[in-house]
Amino acid sequence: MSNKILISGNEAMAEGAIQAGCAFYAGYPITPQNEIPAYMASRMPEAGGVFIQAESELAAINMVFGASAAGVRAMTSSSGPGISLKQEGISYLAGAELPAVIVNVMRGGPGLGNIAPSQADYFQATRSGGHGDYHCLVLAPASVQEAYDLMPLAFELADKYRSPAIVLADGVLGQMMEPLVTSPRHKVTKSPEKPWALTGCKDRPANIVKSFYIREGDLERFNLLLQKKYKAIQDKEARYEGLNLEDAGVILVAYGTMARIAKSGMLKLRQKGKRAGLIRPITLWPFPQKVFQRLTVHGKQYTKRIIFLVVEMSYGQMVEDVKLAVDGRAKVEFLGRSGGGIPTENDVIKAVSRLIR
Amino acid sequence: MTEKIIIAGFGGQGVMLLGKVLAEAAMREGRFVTWFPAYGAEVRGGTAHCMVIISDQEIGSPYIGQADTLIALNGPSLEKFKSRLEAKGLLILNSSLARAGLDKGLKAVEHPFTEIASGLGNIRVANMIALGAFLSLKNIVGLESVEKVISDIAPEDKKGLIAINQKALREGARLNG
Repeated sequence: MSNKILISGNEAMAEGAIQAGCAFYAGYPITPQNEIPAYMASRMPEAGGVFIQAESELAAINMVFGASAAGVRAMTSSSGPGISLKQEGISYLAGAELPAVIVNVMRGGPGLGNIAPSQADYFQATRSGGHGDYHCLVLAPASVQEAYDLMPLAFELADKYRSPAIVLADGVLGQMMEPLVTSPRHKVTKSPEKPWALTGCKDRPANIVKSFYIREGDLERFNLLLQKKYKAIQDKEARYEGLNLEDAGVILVAYGTMARIAKSGMLKLRQKGKRAGLIRPITLWPFPQKVFQRLTVHGKQYTKRIIFLVVEMSYGQMVEDVKLAVDGRAKVEFLGRSGGGIPTENDVIKAVSRLIR
Repeated sequence: MTEKIIIAGFGGQGVMLLGKVLAEAAMREGRFVTWFPAYGAEVRGGTAHCMVIISDQEIGSPYIGQADTLIALNGPSLEKFKSRLEAKGLLILNSSLARAGLDKGLKAVEHPFTEIASGLGNIRVANMIALGAFLSLKNIVGLESVEKVISDIAPEDKKGLIAINQKALREGARLNG
C-alpha cells in the first residue's frame, strides 16, 4: 500500500530512518535541519524508540556511540558547524567499528557561515573529517523521495560494514517539500545480529568496544583491517545515476540539489540538439570512479573528446575526485558558487554551450 | 506546463499555508510540485514568502529566479519581489495593504483581500481569497481539489475553520468576473 504525501526533505529523512528501524536519535538544534529533531521528537515515542535533545553536539554524537555499542540502529543530524563539533565522535565510531548514521544538511561556511544551502562540506564528509586514517560511507540524495529512500540504505550499509554512514544533504533539500511515496522502494533489511554489541555478558565472554590499540603493531594491524574493509566498500558500493552518457560531448557531474539543476539544464540542451549528459554520484564515498574510467579508456571512439563539467555549490571539492577518476584522460572543467550562491540552470546551459562549441 | 509562483506577505498572513494548500492540491491532481520556504532569520513585521512550482515535468531547482506569478499580500512584499516577475508575469495584489505602481506590461490584478476577509468575518482568510483569485485567472488546479485539501489538512482543533476558508476561496474565485 503506497501513499503519496507532501513533505519536506528533513521530515522525509527522519521518517525514512524510522522506517529503517532507527531506535535512537540524539541531536542538538541548528538551521536548516531543525525539522529532523522536531519530527523525531514526536514520532520516536510512537515508534518505540528514544529521542534525546542533547545538551551539545558533542554529547549527541557520544550518545549515538553508546546506543550503537549497545547494538541498536542509532543516528544524529546537524549542519556544518555542528557536524564539525561531532568529528571527534565520528572518528571514534570509525575506530571502534560502530555503525551509525549522521545526517548533514549543509549550510554556508566556513565558521558559523550562514543558513543558506551549500555543498561546502564535501571534503569534510569524504576525507574522513576527524583524525585518523578512516572513511565514512557518504550518500547524497537529490530529491525528497531519495532523501527518504537512502535512509534505510545508510543504516544497512553502516551495519554491514560496521562503519559510520553520512547522509549529505543541503538546505534546499532539507527545507523543500515534494511529493513522497511512503512505501519504501528500497527493501528495508532488519538490523542484523550484532554479536559484538554490549548487551550484558552473562553466560558469554565479555565484548570490548574500543578504538585504542597501544601494544606495538596492534594499531597497524587494525588499520590494515580497516583498509581491507574500505577496499571492499569501494569495489561493491559505488552508486550513481547516468543520463545520456554514450554520445555526450560534455558530461555534467553534480550531486544533490545541484544535480537537479544540472539535469534540467542538460535536458534543455538536448532539446536544442546539444550532446550533453549527466553523471550524478549517489555515493560520494565510495566515489563512482568506474563510470569515468569506462568513458575515458583509450581505444574507445569517444576518448579525449569528452569534457566533464563539474558543477557544485562550492568553489571546487568533488571536482578533485572527478580529476582523480579521469586521471588526465579527459578535460575536467568546473562551475561553482558558494556561501549561499547557487549556479542556475542558465549558468549551466551557458557553460556547456561554451564548451561544446 | 510549468507555473512558478512566489507568495509573499507579512508573517501571520498565511503565505506558507497558501503555498502548501496550492502545492498539495496540484500534487493530488498528478502534477510535479515543489514548495520552498524562506527559512532565514525572518523578523516580525517583515516579509515571509514561499515559492511553489507546479509542472507536468520533473522540477529541477525549487528556487524561483523569475516568477510567472507573484501573489503579494502587503507592500513590503511587492517591493521585495516585483523585480522578480517575468516580463509578462501576473501580479495578484492585496490592495488593502499595497498599491501597484508597476512597470508597463505586467498584468496586475488588485483586490482588497484583507477587507473582503474582514467582511466574511475572519481577517485571516485573506490568503484563501487571494488563492481563489489566482486560480480563477490561471486554471492550473481545480477549486474542488483545493477545497478538499483545506478540509483534509485542517488539524482537529481547527476543523471549525474549514467552512470559512472554503467560502473565502470561492469568494476569491468570483472576484475576476
